[in-house]
Amino acid sequence: MRMDVSDEDLALAAAGGDATAFELLLGRVYDRLFALCFRLTGSRAEAEDLTQDICLALPGKLAGFRGDAKVTTWLYRVAVNAASDRRRRAASYARATEGWSDIEIDRTRSAIETAEAHDWLTRAMAVLSPTLRDTLALVLDGITQVQAAEILGVSEGTIAWRVAEAKRKLRDMKALEEAGP
Amino acid sequence: MTSDTDLKDLKRAMDAALPAPDAVRKAANLAQAQAVFARTQGSRDAVRQSSDPSPKTGFFKGAFDMLFTRTTGALSATTALVAMGVLILSPAGQNLLRGPDLALSPSAPEVAPRAEPAVSTPSPILSPNAPLNTGTADGDIAASPAPSMRLEESPGVAIDGAFGTLAPGDTGDGLDAEARTGRRSGVGAALSGSAQMAAPAPADVALPSAPNSEAFANADANPVQVVTENPVSTFSSDVDTASYAFVRAALNRGELPPPEAVRIEEMLNYFRYDLPAPDADDLGPFRPTVSVFETPWNPDTQLVHIGIQGARPAIEDRPPLNLVFLIDTSGSMNDPTKLPLLIQSFRLMLDRLDAQDQVAIVTYAGSAGIALDPTAAGETDTISAALSTLQAGGSTNGVGGLEAAYDLAARMTGEGEVSRVILATDGDFNVGLSDPDALETYISTQRDTGIYLSVLGFGRGNLQDDTMQALAQSGNGTAAYIDTLHEAQRVLVDQMSGALFPIADDLKIQLEFNPAAIAEYRLIGYQTRGLAREDFANDAVDAGELGAGHSVTAIYEVTPVGSPATLVAPLRYGADETPDAGDADELGFLSLRWKAPGQDESQIVDLAIPAAPADPGQEAQFAAAIAGFGQLLRDDAFLGDWTYADAIALANANRGDDPFGDRNEAVQLMRLAESLSR
Repeated sequence: MRMDVSDEDLALAAAGGDATAFELLLGRVYDRLFALCFRLTGSRAEAEDLTQDICLALPGKLAGFRGDAKVTTWLYRVAVNAASDRRRRAASYARATEGWSDIEIDRTRSAIETAEAHDWLTRAMAVLSPTLRDTLALVLDGITQVQAAEILGVSEGTIAWRVAEAKRKLRDMKALEEAGP
Repeated sequence: MTSDTDLKDLKRAMDAALPAPDAVRKAANLAQAQAVFARTQGSRDAVRQSSDPSPKTGFFKGAFDMLFTRTTGALSATTALVAMGVLILSPAGQNLLRGPDLALSPSAPEVAPRAEPAVSTPSPILSPNAPLNTGTADGDIAASPAPSMRLEESPGVAIDGAFGTLAPGDTGDGLDAEARTGRRSGVGAALSGSAQMAAPAPADVALPSAPNSEAFANADANPVQVVTENPVSTFSSDVDTASYAFVRAALNRGELPPPEAVRIEEMLNYFRYDLPAPDADDLGPFRPTVSVFETPWNPDTQLVHIGIQGARPAIEDRPPLNLVFLIDTSGSMNDPTKLPLLIQSFRLMLDRLDAQDQVAIVTYAGSAGIALDPTAAGETDTISAALSTLQAGGSTNGVGGLEAAYDLAARMTGEGEVSRVILATDGDFNVGLSDPDALETYISTQRDTGIYLSVLGFGRGNLQDDTMQALAQSGNGTAAYIDTLHEAQRVLVDQMSGALFPIADDLKIQLEFNPAAIAEYRLIGYQTRGLAREDFANDAVDAGELGAGHSVTAIYEVTPVGSPATLVAPLRYGADETPDAGDADELGFLSLRWKAPGQDESQIVDLAIPAAPADPGQEAQFAAAIAGFGQLLRDDAFLGDWTYADAIALANANRGDDPFGDRNEAVQLMRLAESLSR
């Protein structure tokens, strides 16, 4: 019966303390959330971890849901921020690593490169900065530029610019590939 | 249009690569979220009344303690951690924590002042031009368990490197947006009091991610002190050796170690010195030996070498030992220099245990689990089988593992037995809770129950040296870094008797200089171990332990009164009377304070140091060579034109018997450093 209820109503009920509503809502959005996390991170393992982070943060976040946005918009904002937070934490790992040596990083990197040398997707994601990737992840998920602007908290013009920029980078990469190995 | 094609290509590739969510993870995530939801509801009523949170350090620690003591097996460890994140990030949680509940939590013990000043010189590698940032896929460290990341467009990185702290709002627009969201909704941005607490505020993920501001615990060299102004120097003993192994690993790779990775006291204490052992005449379980001799790098100053040799009790007299191996089996340990080396190391150690000893193994990765229930050390087959089944995989949940290990150790401890948790990790703790402060508090609480903690570091790449330090120091234990099986042999087998059987706790060293004899002094190394003068007599202030057979070495460089090497000019307007010429026969007065293991009250022993320089003997001379070597690596300013060649000559001349080859190896490292520094 509750399958007819909209995501927004479920979220509001969950924000009010309805555990069943929360369960139902999370069950509904989980797969989409995971797909977005995959687009944001470009790796399955990363996506699994990020999804877990978000799932566990959601109960706390729900208090902030006021019903003035679509659940997906709100959820995507949470996801994008969680991804950016993960990157930030990765930076503190990296600082620990950097203290030691670049050789370790080189070694790790060459291992990655060997494993994924022909993975076009990985390389495509790698040429994009986190900001561009976040934006692109949303756009590829079928989110309109208006919604993306709302989710990322920037203007629509910025989104349009970022999409163009991402396209340009991908084109450059392609040109480079066609020019030779 | 080609550009559309590009995006279509990407979308197609993305859709093709899009995996289905892992069903098991999904179910687990949903269940955990549900549990967190249920817990959040308890605090719901208080949510909107907290408008002016004023976080104090104590509050975070209290929260940490409370969660540890109150979240028991009902929830998985991960959930407990996350619940904690929620509690702390939401005003509701804060109210809950500040409210009467806080009184229920066991009061945090007096915590020693953190002797870990932030690194003052950012590592040069942190500059935005670092090689890490070049190229396309270069910044991607995806193979490490840390999330993949790209540094080139992350302004936060440069900021972090320079100031060691993450300020909210400095890390790109995504975060800005979140900070705004958080404030508007009253969730998330509540904690913004101190620099250390600020970082978790904008976090969208439940784990509070207080970033480590330093990868290495270290500080600038101790400054020169003027005796008339500051006659007393106080510090805690330190028997860690991790820094020497780092330095060795770096040099053997063909690079100079970063200066902040060099802790001279740990280099000094790496070596075994042939110092006189205590006998029946000694008050304490150790014998201090002091020698004064001319400084190798400055003929106008002198070195005061203090060696404290712990008693070597007969190994057969030792009490039964309960060891809980807490083994990091997270994905990052999947490396020949990590888990396999660790397992080999433990096998070495098992051979040295007696039938009366007990061993247990706890693993942590994702969730903590007991891999081996307490087992008599004689049952080698059982233990060996348990070690063989260890496999690396999953993410790290260090804190859950620590909790489980301490629980187990407490159950194993019988009357008159010694229990120790041995944490083996690559340092890759859950970042959220690897805030050294919070971990320290937890471990300090456990220390009071009489369970010690030793930390063994493995591998490189993830190593969080400061976390290891914080853990070992608060757990009254030692931190060692194991890079080869040889080192494992040394740390776990040769020194096992010492590292595992403390003979003196909270060993503090205080030296008062005689102003009639000494004008200036500086302590070489021990930057992170300094204590306030009044802490010496305060038994609540924690300090290092001394294990059976271990020795502690400290070296002061002192400038005698009237020496041309005096650096600090006398004050023009200061009191101009020279201190009573008095008795210049004494250089200073050394006091040592310690507690017998398990006791609360300290004892003190002291002795006067004669001012006349004497022949130091080869042990002190070798220590001086190591101290000089460390200062060269740190690029400290006190050595004048003394070079690696001088250090090599001095060390070479004082190698002695060197039964383990350690000193020979040190000379090799000096040679490497010499060639690398050219």
